[in-house]
Amino acid sequence: MTNAVSLHGVRKDFGKLTALSDVTLEIEDNEFFTLLGPSGCGKTTLLRMIAGFENTTAGTIHLFGDEIEHLPPNKRPVNTVFQNYALFPHMNVVENIGFSLRMLGWTAAKIQARVDEMVEMVQLGAFVHRKPSQISGGQQQRVALARAMAPRPKVLLLDEPLSALDLKLRQEMRAELKRLQRETGITFIFVTHDQEEALSMSDRIAVISDGKLQQIGTPFEIYEHPNNRFIANFIGETNMLTATVNAVDGLHVACHLAGGERLNALANCQNLVGANGVISLRPERLSVSKTAPTGDILKGVLGERVYLGTDTQFIVKLSGELKLKVRMQNSIFQGAEFKTGDPVFVTIADDAARFLVD
Amino acid sequence: MAAGTGSGSTVSAIFSPVRLWLLLPSWIVIGFFLLLPVLLMLTYSFLTKEFRGGVIWEFSLSAYDQFLFDRGLFGDEPPVIKWTYINIFIRSILQATGATILCLLIGFPTAYFIATRPMQSRTMWLFLITIPYWVNLLIRTVSMKFLIRDTGPLNELFLNIGLIDAPLHVINTNFAVQLGLFYSYLPFMVLPIYASVERYNFAFSEVASDLYASKITILWSIILPVVKPGIIAGSILVFVPSLGAFLAPDLLGGAKTFMIGSLIEDQFKGNAGNWPFGAAASMILLSLVLVVLMFYARAQERDQT
Repeated sequence: MTNAVSLHGVRKDFGKLTALSDVTLEIEDNEFFTLLGPSGCGKTTLLRMIAGFENTTAGTIHLFGDEIEHLPPNKRPVNTVFQNYALFPHMNVVENIGFSLRMLGWTAAKIQARVDEMVEMVQLGAFVHRKPSQISGGQQQRVALARAMAPRPKVLLLDEPLSALDLKLRQEMRAELKRLQRETGITFIFVTHDQEEALSMSDRIAVISDGKLQQIGTPFEIYEHPNNRFIANFIGETNMLTATVNAVDGLHVACHLAGGERLNALANCQNLVGANGVISLRPERLSVSKTAPTGDILKGVLGERVYLGTDTQFIVKLSGELKLKVRMQNSIFQGAEFKTGDPVFVTIADDAARFLVD
Repeated sequence: MAAGTGSGSTVSAIFSPVRLWLLLPSWIVIGFFLLLPVLLMLTYSFLTKEFRGGVIWEFSLSAYDQFLFDRGLFGDEPPVIKWTYINIFIRSILQATGATILCLLIGFPTAYFIATRPMQSRTMWLFLITIPYWVNLLIRTVSMKFLIRDTGPLNELFLNIGLIDAPLHVINTNFAVQLGLFYSYLPFMVLPIYASVERYNFAFSEVASDLYASKITILWSIILPVVKPGIIAGSILVFVPSLGAFLAPDLLGGAKTFMIGSLIEDQFKGNAGNWPFGAAASMILLSLVLVVLMFYARAQERDQT
């Protein structure tokens, strides 16, 4: 089966500035694929190159096996949902949704039927004869989606479509987008800087930073097995402890920290004894206790305690200047008995420590 | 929302003396420079003419009567519609329309070009557009006459490069007047259109292109409708002064291109004038302009709902 989108060695220069370099990735048909990265990393540029708004400096872009690079945007069977929707202000909802169909020369009856179908799909019923300025942000978002999906694109590109919505609406729309993707079977390429959005919606994620592809994988892989420090840091929260490898057994390494503590970890690649790097520890995979448990532990003194509703977060001071963030769920845990200054033990869950070589 | 803020200002606040005092300057300006002159003209149009210019303070409808009807040499025959002045009005409307279309054809691409330049150079381009307007209108119109006359530099140039065999006869034609008006009022077209194109969100063009629209379609069904307010404002700003212009028709047109502006000007010039008639023609012109503006306001209202 051919892939929906294949990028090979794609590069983009703006003058002397390189926005993207050597991007090679395959996006499968019917996939919810996310390009994730901090703002300015080049993810939107990549999306715009697939849509045809930017030329590639080097490399090739294939859509279902066809080379599309030489085609202008209006000849590519992909459609885009723009960040601020850019709904045509002089057209009402129906006219906006039907625009592409008129351009493609559909008959009035077919356009009407397709628009009705789209209106129903995104649940816009009562607003169809209003102008974009007369409907709410969430409704505008739905119109933008319906407009982009009306011509049945092979691939739908979404450029941070949820960033203009407030939190509650954003969370609703995540489920909505996921549902639309499942129901239509269209390949979605979704650009976002919000890691929570990426983790909750995507089949696979490509993390981009500084114009380079850092890692491609399922949300689980990206979160649990980050390739490098950047990803461990960018996706979710983590503690980074400088470490040196003492002994190696396959991907398992035994390390010592700057303060001398010993710790076992899973490495991101084969390492040699003496290699330097960091150990990443997710706060939710750690727990504090007053009595020494078995397994991998670190000793420390309790710093501040922050009540977060569902969780309680502790800062534990280790030897030297090292601080560890620990998060524990409140339902199974009574945090109140811990006080600042108490000596505590930090337990590390099995396989939670990741060694990332420098 | 609007109702909420409206109910906040009480009746006493609206009529507070401070508010009235602060509004006084604008009322003085509007009163002295707008209402008073128009009322004066309205009054004069209903007075009787004095033979050496000026008026006699006696009510009369003869100015309007003279404009619309022919009553024979001695004024005792039954009234027939007189086309002389009506034709001048119709010609003026056509000339002003021609000038507006010329301004639009040249002004829109110019404004679009300027609005799509990098931020730093836009000011320079706008400055260049306005430079000719530092020169007096009379001088500019005369220079246009010099430019387009039969032995003028344009004709010489075209003859020399073999584009034409005989000089193009442009001077003293309707087109010459339209050219003159176009040159006089072009910035009034460029500036409002520039302002709307600058505000235009070019993401609309990208979306349209993404949704399979060609470049022509994007211009026609996205850009033009969205910047329409600027185009209409520019057209009004060119059309209205063109309608009442007298310099361009006097200098560039011949006897056949007489326009309302010249007709009115003549009534107030020297001793041969007829002030009530000039005032009546002005009032008719003003009513015409108001009708145009009313249609515009009506269209705006429709657009907003």
